[in-house]
Amino acid sequence: MSSEIDQNIFGTVPDAYGRFGEYGGKYVAETLMSALSELETLYNKLSLDPDFQRELDQDLAHYVGRPSPLYEARRWSEQIGGARIFLKREDLNHTGAHKVNNTVGQALLAKHMGKKRVIAETGAGQHGVATATIAARLGLECQIFMGEEDVRRQALNVYRMKLLGAEVIPVSSGSKTLKDAMNEAMRDWVTNVDDTFYIIGTVAGPHPYPAMVRDFQCVIGREAREQSLAQVGKLPDALVACIGGGSNAIGLFHPFLNDQSVAMYGVEAGGRGMSSGEHAAPLNAGSPGILHGNRTYLMQDEDGQILHTHSISAGLDYPGVGPEHAWLKDIGRVSYVVANDDEALAAFHTLTRVEGIMPALESSHALAYAAKLAADMRPDQHIVVNLSGRGDKDIHTVAELDGIQF
Amino acid sequence: MSRIKGRFEQLAQQGRKALIPYIVAGDPSKDITVPLMHALVEAGADILELGVPFSDPMAEGPTIQLAHERALDEGTRLRDVLEMVAQFRERDKETPVLLMGYANPVARMGYAQFADAAHAAGIDAALTVDIPPEEVALLNTELRRVAMDNIFLIAPTTPDERMQLIADQASGFIYYVALKGVTGAGHLDTDQVATQLARIRQHTELPLAVGFGIKDATSASAIAGVADGVVVGSALVQCLSDGLAANEQPESLIARVAGLLAEIRRGMDNTGS
Repeated sequence: MSSEIDQNIFGTVPDAYGRFGEYGGKYVAETLMSALSELETLYNKLSLDPDFQRELDQDLAHYVGRPSPLYEARRWSEQIGGARIFLKREDLNHTGAHKVNNTVGQALLAKHMGKKRVIAETGAGQHGVATATIAARLGLECQIFMGEEDVRRQALNVYRMKLLGAEVIPVSSGSKTLKDAMNEAMRDWVTNVDDTFYIIGTVAGPHPYPAMVRDFQCVIGREAREQSLAQVGKLPDALVACIGGGSNAIGLFHPFLNDQSVAMYGVEAGGRGMSSGEHAAPLNAGSPGILHGNRTYLMQDEDGQILHTHSISAGLDYPGVGPEHAWLKDIGRVSYVVANDDEALAAFHTLTRVEGIMPALESSHALAYAAKLAADMRPDQHIVVNLSGRGDKDIHTVAELDGIQF
Repeated sequence: MSRIKGRFEQLAQQGRKALIPYIVAGDPSKDITVPLMHALVEAGADILELGVPFSDPMAEGPTIQLAHERALDEGTRLRDVLEMVAQFRERDKETPVLLMGYANPVARMGYAQFADAAHAAGIDAALTVDIPPEEVALLNTELRRVAMDNIFLIAPTTPDERMQLIADQASGFIYYVALKGVTGAGHLDTDQVATQLARIRQHTELPLAVGFGIKDATSASAIAGVADGVVVGSALVQCLSDGLAANEQPESLIARVAGLLAEIRRGMDNTGS
């Protein structure tokens, strides 16, 4: 399918308006437009500045602990009996997920802009923790917006953020999850735009965030590409990553987009099953619309109201998706598929028992799909799965499902 | 001539300023909105601004967020809002009506379909908070086709070059957001507003209305002294919400909101202009 795509187009998006084809853009209230322009100008300058890149690379190496390993899950692959499965171990990063790759980058930008305060939205709490962490290190005031429902199911991460000196602000409007946390963070940013830097955690939001967050996360795919060549002697046959907003997926996929032989699968949260309607899979079951500053696929009703979503994993419980994924779907470069709650939970248990690695429930969606994919592939082929985070934060959720109270 | 332009010209001749109340359509029920609109006109409204309920009203403070939730709970959707205006027009063909809302319900209906339906319903203008001039081309083409005005926001953070960009796309009037923040927040500094309005006037001859932070007759009359129009939103929505908390019936809710607007009208007409 990808052979029909002009291989030179991937470096051309977004355009000057932040558009990926008909997606992306800057759909925000006027108050924020000049702040976005300021950020865009600074980012364009610093992303070409060798000193900034050196500073970022230093942080990624010595603070985050990069490169993260590419680990072959031999026992699991053998059980499945198909392609070899490799795990890109973003769970081993400082703070336990890929989110920190981006917060380190954006916090450096905040420092260059002289901002004293950072804010962030969080769903599973991983982005909140990663933001609180970097704020502690740089001595920045930090407030994290988190839906009340997520505060409840991610109590451990809430406490981690508090320990790091951040204030966690529960959001009780709407569905009390990630989308509402993002609304509230936007409202705060509009109010405090002079001294505050908004660290968006995913490849959504208004331009330049989708491109900027992608660039910070591309370290995942660059490393995976080199590691695959070094360890296997060839590029992977397939990449698999879970998609909420889509930052870990775009980080893995983007450096491979020009490699026609590499198939890519973005796994959305199928929740209680696609036919139940209780899921968080806008690319599979949604339609284009405008939310949180960009045009993209959304879970919405026929009147354009945003629908409540459901996923067992708080980090995927979001009605939108990054605009670049919307574009990659339309041009057919990436396949967007689903794994439901039960499949993800099964994959969580399997990886834990078979490989001694406890994955985040978000990443477990990617694992669930990878297992199905691998079974239909040959042993001389290999898959790279983005193990985007570790599962410690989900122990309460899993225990509750098993009927265990602490 | 558009109803909005005509209304501002008429007011200018009388030496008065436009009073523009904002309510959320369908808050707290679908039935109340049309009678409330008529009552607001009787209380001195020059232009009516109707909020279109949206699940994610990102520019709103808590007061108006709750109003959006109440209206959505009652099932109020964009097409219902259009019907309400059509019904309002049966008795009032003079008062301009402006819809204020967010991009997605309009985009979902389709810009062309929205323009046709809104025009047919007797709506004069649209203000989509999250469609800045960079993204407005498609919508503006459709609004112009049916001779509807497109109202844009200018903020305290808007630099001069953007003011020009906005002025080039805007018609009817320009809405100056007096505060950095969400609706219903903060405290206004009239001198600062006056300075900003002078800057905007270098880029446009359109009337300038000011909103965000105008709470009562005192603040409204102060702003009326420097602007062409005054938008009052959260104060009215809060007034309605207070009535709801006291279990008031629709008639008393309408009376209390209209009463507050009448008080603001008297304040504006006695001073400032």
